[in-house]
Amino acid sequence: MMNTTTISAVPVFQPGTSDAEIEAAAAQAAQKRKFAVYFWRYFILIVFLGGWELAVRFKLIDVFFYSSPWFIILRLKEWVVEGTAEGSLWFHLWVTMEESLLGFFSGSIAGIIAGIALGRNKMLADVFSIYIKVINSIPRVVLAPIFIMIFGLGLTSKVALSFVMVFFVVFSNAFQGVVEADRNLLANAQILGAKGWQLTRSVVIPSAMSWIFASLHVSFGFAIVGAIVGEFVGARYGIGLLINVAKGSFDAAGMYAAIVIIMVVALAAEYAMTRVENRLAKWRPAPLQELQ
Amino acid sequence: MSPDHTSPAIELINVSRRFLTPDGKSMTALRDFNMSVARGEFVAVVGPTGCGKSTTLNLVTGLARPSAGEVRVMGAAVDGIDPRIGFVFQTDALFPWRSVIDNVVTGPLFRGMAPEPAYAKAREWLTRVNLSIHATKFPHQLSGGMRKRVSLAQTFINEPQILLMDEPFSALDVQTRVLMHEELLKLWSQSKASVVFVTHDLEEAIALADKVYVLTSGPATVKSVYSIDIPRPRIVSEIRYDKAFIDISRTIWEDLRDEVLRGAERDEARVS
Repeated sequence: MMNTTTISAVPVFQPGTSDAEIEAAAAQAAQKRKFAVYFWRYFILIVFLGGWELAVRFKLIDVFFYSSPWFIILRLKEWVVEGTAEGSLWFHLWVTMEESLLGFFSGSIAGIIAGIALGRNKMLADVFSIYIKVINSIPRVVLAPIFIMIFGLGLTSKVALSFVMVFFVVFSNAFQGVVEADRNLLANAQILGAKGWQLTRSVVIPSAMSWIFASLHVSFGFAIVGAIVGEFVGARYGIGLLINVAKGSFDAAGMYAAIVIIMVVALAAEYAMTRVENRLAKWRPAPLQELQ
Repeated sequence: MSPDHTSPAIELINVSRRFLTPDGKSMTALRDFNMSVARGEFVAVVGPTGCGKSTTLNLVTGLARPSAGEVRVMGAAVDGIDPRIGFVFQTDALFPWRSVIDNVVTGPLFRGMAPEPAYAKAREWLTRVNLSIHATKFPHQLSGGMRKRVSLAQTFINEPQILLMDEPFSALDVQTRVLMHEELLKLWSQSKASVVFVTHDLEEAIALADKVYVLTSGPATVKSVYSIDIPRPRIVSEIRYDKAFIDISRTIWEDLRDEVLRGAERDEARVS
């Protein structure tokens, strides 16, 4: 007679790998991948800069218009060591940063407050939404001459331009974040006893925070754009002025050098922002990694 | 507020509730609805999906207002959110950016308790639901059952005299659900709150409640009310094999089945 009891319910173990081995393999694969990413990053950078330099050396492109990485480095070194024709580089950089930071902070604080106020109040939102749309449709840079006319060549006109660049981005994100706050969380907080400001502080603002942070990443870049465009149109100091002066003397290396400085500043700001966001968002789940 | 100690904990008298659908049509969720919950009584409300069960709870909290009729809590008409009410939601309503203990402590802090006694109380409640060692974790790090226990602690810490529960365990798996039933009955027997427990699971309703309300498919009104005479304390994991339990659930199911079928037909008609 056939023995049927052994057919089912016997666990079948594949002669397989242990967890430790899987983890070791995964760690190694991750290491390899990281290395490959960095390799390609540097590779592309070197090909780009090297190609540029060689194209200039072999006269494929005109150094008068395109300068070259080497000339740009020399110009940056000159600016750092001896200062620019308009005075210390650090002073110009500081002026631009001051304008950007003031515009960024005032614009984002005003944007957050306005976004939360309109997000919490349907009536206000319905009344003001049309005006916000209208003003938002103005390309911000055309305001530069107006602000310079009103506020003069100094700091205020650049801060004002930075402010309007930042305000609308942060406002619309904060507004959206408030509107999309989870109904259940709001109801729960209310039943637990939250009233008025407690509800805003403990539920509305935290749930809008990820939206607001997404906008802050973009808007610091916008703040710098605002400051530099303002300086461009009329200023006595700042990186925008350096670009303007370089343009006036057909100094391509000077213009590119100024761009490099702005790039470094913007990247540093982005990095700092990500650090702050990660600290504030430690409650969010980290995604599990797929085993390859 | 009347200083009346004999009135029922909750009364809904001839309540109707209508609201506007997004395309501007008027819809009736509740019609001529009558319910009375005595103090310390555990009432379950069953009915087909989407019939308006949750609406009854929102009326009691004051988050929604009746279009007609009257809703009374402890003998007084509902006017805004009553601090004596606790509510456990169907979906996760924990604050994801707060740690477990910070979630539990929210109620007392909102209600103006000083942080030190509030946290002491929160720790005590976490011990009661066996989550002390997870106090500093965030909700996403816990399992569904653990999150529900945090929700219970968050609600019970306010010592509600009225506890409203909107399909609180429907997202849990069957085994976890039975554990949560035991947990809930334990906490409830200590607090002696009046409970309204909305569910679509008839067995859950019978296992937990003193009284089961069966609703018609929408617009909801009360079809029948059953008293559940199974003695307490009940052991939820075993009660379902009890003869009395089976008899009661067969009787109520006879009643509920027609409504479920009608509700399903109506849904299909609406979709097609």
